[in-house]
Amino acid sequence: MVDLLTIIISKYNYWGYIVLMMVGLYAMIVKKNLVKKIIGMSIFQTAIIFFYVSIGMKKNATIPIISHGHDGGERAVHAVDFINPLPHVLMLTAIVVSVATLGVALALAIKVYRQYNSLEEDVIDSLIKEK
Amino acid sequence: MSRHFPALIIVIPLISAFFIFAAGGLKKTYCFYIAAAALAISLFSSIGLLLQVLQNKVVVYHFGGWAPPWGIAYRIDYLNGIVLVAVAAISFLNLVATKKSVEKDFTEKIGLFYTLYVLFVTGILGIVVTGDAFNLYVLLEIASLTGYALIGMGTEHAPLASLNYVFMGTIGASFYLLGIGYLYLATGSLNMLDIASILPNIFQSNVVLLAFVICLTGLFIKMALFPMHAWLPNAYTYSPSPAISLIAPLTTKVMVYVMIRFLLTVFTPSFSYGSMAVSTSFVWLAVIAIVVGSILALSQKSLKRMLSYIVIAEIGYMVGGVWLGNRAGLTGAILHIINDAAMTLCVFLVAGNILYRLSGDSFDNLKGLFRKMPFSMGAFVVGALSIIGVPPTGGFFSKWYLISGGIAAGHYGFVIALLFSSLVNVVLFFRIFEIAYFEPSDCPHISDRMDEEGKIFNDAPLGMLVPLMIVAVGLIVLGIFTDTIVTKVIQFAIPGEIS
Repeated sequence: MVDLLTIIISKYNYWGYIVLMMVGLYAMIVKKNLVKKIIGMSIFQTAIIFFYVSIGMKKNATIPIISHGHDGGERAVHAVDFINPLPHVLMLTAIVVSVATLGVALALAIKVYRQYNSLEEDVIDSLIKEK
Repeated sequence: MSRHFPALIIVIPLISAFFIFAAGGLKKTYCFYIAAAALAISLFSSIGLLLQVLQNKVVVYHFGGWAPPWGIAYRIDYLNGIVLVAVAAISFLNLVATKKSVEKDFTEKIGLFYTLYVLFVTGILGIVVTGDAFNLYVLLEIASLTGYALIGMGTEHAPLASLNYVFMGTIGASFYLLGIGYLYLATGSLNMLDIASILPNIFQSNVVLLAFVICLTGLFIKMALFPMHAWLPNAYTYSPSPAISLIAPLTTKVMVYVMIRFLLTVFTPSFSYGSMAVSTSFVWLAVIAIVVGSILALSQKSLKRMLSYIVIAEIGYMVGGVWLGNRAGLTGAILHIINDAAMTLCVFLVAGNILYRLSGDSFDNLKGLFRKMPFSMGAFVVGALSIIGVPPTGGFFSKWYLISGGIAAGHYGFVIALLFSSLVNVVLFFRIFEIAYFEPSDCPHISDRMDEEGKIFNDAPLGMLVPLMIVAVGLIVLGIFTDTIVTKVIQFAIPGEIS
């Protein structure tokens, strides 16, 4: 039990992103409401952004600007002193992508609502079957 | 100029998107010409690149002068050189072929349609040329997002089908992104070649294995490999026909290319095919995809829907060929990417022509169609023969390589699935030939379709027929020049360690 706890606590960022990801997947699979599915999709994408941001982090390190180093940038630059900015920068792009996806999904949801007057999947399915 | 081909191929369509959007508000007739000019430049650059590759083996372009692994490098070798030409040619031909149909379907939205069109092509071309794993994700999302929007412009249940595609596509792309994250965690690099040079030292690591599995899962969803295919049939059926004859040939095939790129370049063959159990089970997955796709195609009653299920079966061909892991199988898979893209374009263009003239594409509407639209149906016969795999069309030769790969690997399940699917395709297409050739069209139907002089003949306009004929002839040309393509290009695309 204690072993398990240490595993979870020492790698809490990975557990965090996996839990978030599963919450998102659960919403996308189980929920019948299209907007709830879209929210699930957003959570799913956010989980991956969270994963990326967390892997750039280092203990006792600071933001990657030389003068913010432990001795004010007097000495040579040590990579240990600074967190890795690349994953964060990549995620700026991924955030833009997820916002665009959200926009497209919501626009399509509006089109769906105008067409069937409902956002509940089972209602829409029964409407389609009636035709 | 020729030094900048790899950049031009992406940048020109991307910039043209803004001009098309502006032209959509000012003068709608310009939209088509701007798009055509942009895609013609892309096609020209891609052919130029292939010629450079034939001379120098590989073309590397550093964006902004930053050397990899820090900067983004675009890298064209034998593998993506040939896929690039196929993609650029198909997007250009489809643009020309669907001009009339777009004018008819999107009178108000022509500017928006062409903007999305060129952005989609930008994404797809970018996926093919890029040598950077994260850049590939961004371009993948550009192609997907514009694809969702294009499909959403369709009729009937298109918005709902497109929304389901958004969900599945996003899960697929996110899995790919996660896999890249683990690769970055293990290697600290995003450049494909750089990753490939670091990976051999850490092949035993579980992180690498996890990255491999997650990336593949994402790609499988994106390429609609059975059982992750559920989004495809509805999305393809309800999408507007000018859009689907672009999306159907390109999206799934390009994802197969990405899979080959990851297996051969990033993870290197010794890791990818390292475990027999893994590759064999993927071939069996492909076998199931082929069989199920074919059987489901058999139970459909409208043309576009039937073709969508054939696309699912064809994906099985390529995935199976890749995972056979021998030279013949891989040659077949790469050749089939090109042939399948061309023949899918051909049959979907015909479906577009039929929908341009008729009210629907269910089999009842196809009666007597050979009399009404002889040229379109003639091209359809060529496309169908290629999908069935009749020589001298291209489809025969790629299937030949796939089958000989299956025999060489001793995987007879795959061989039987290929033959079974060919037989099912014979049934599928000859049923349509029979309906369209022998069954008389219903009388009121004819009078509807007669023009002023009372003629029954009513094929699509010349502007749609000429590109279609080029594609149909191209299928036969691809078949005749198979030997040249294989000996000059594809055999160099496969690493020497694969026998």
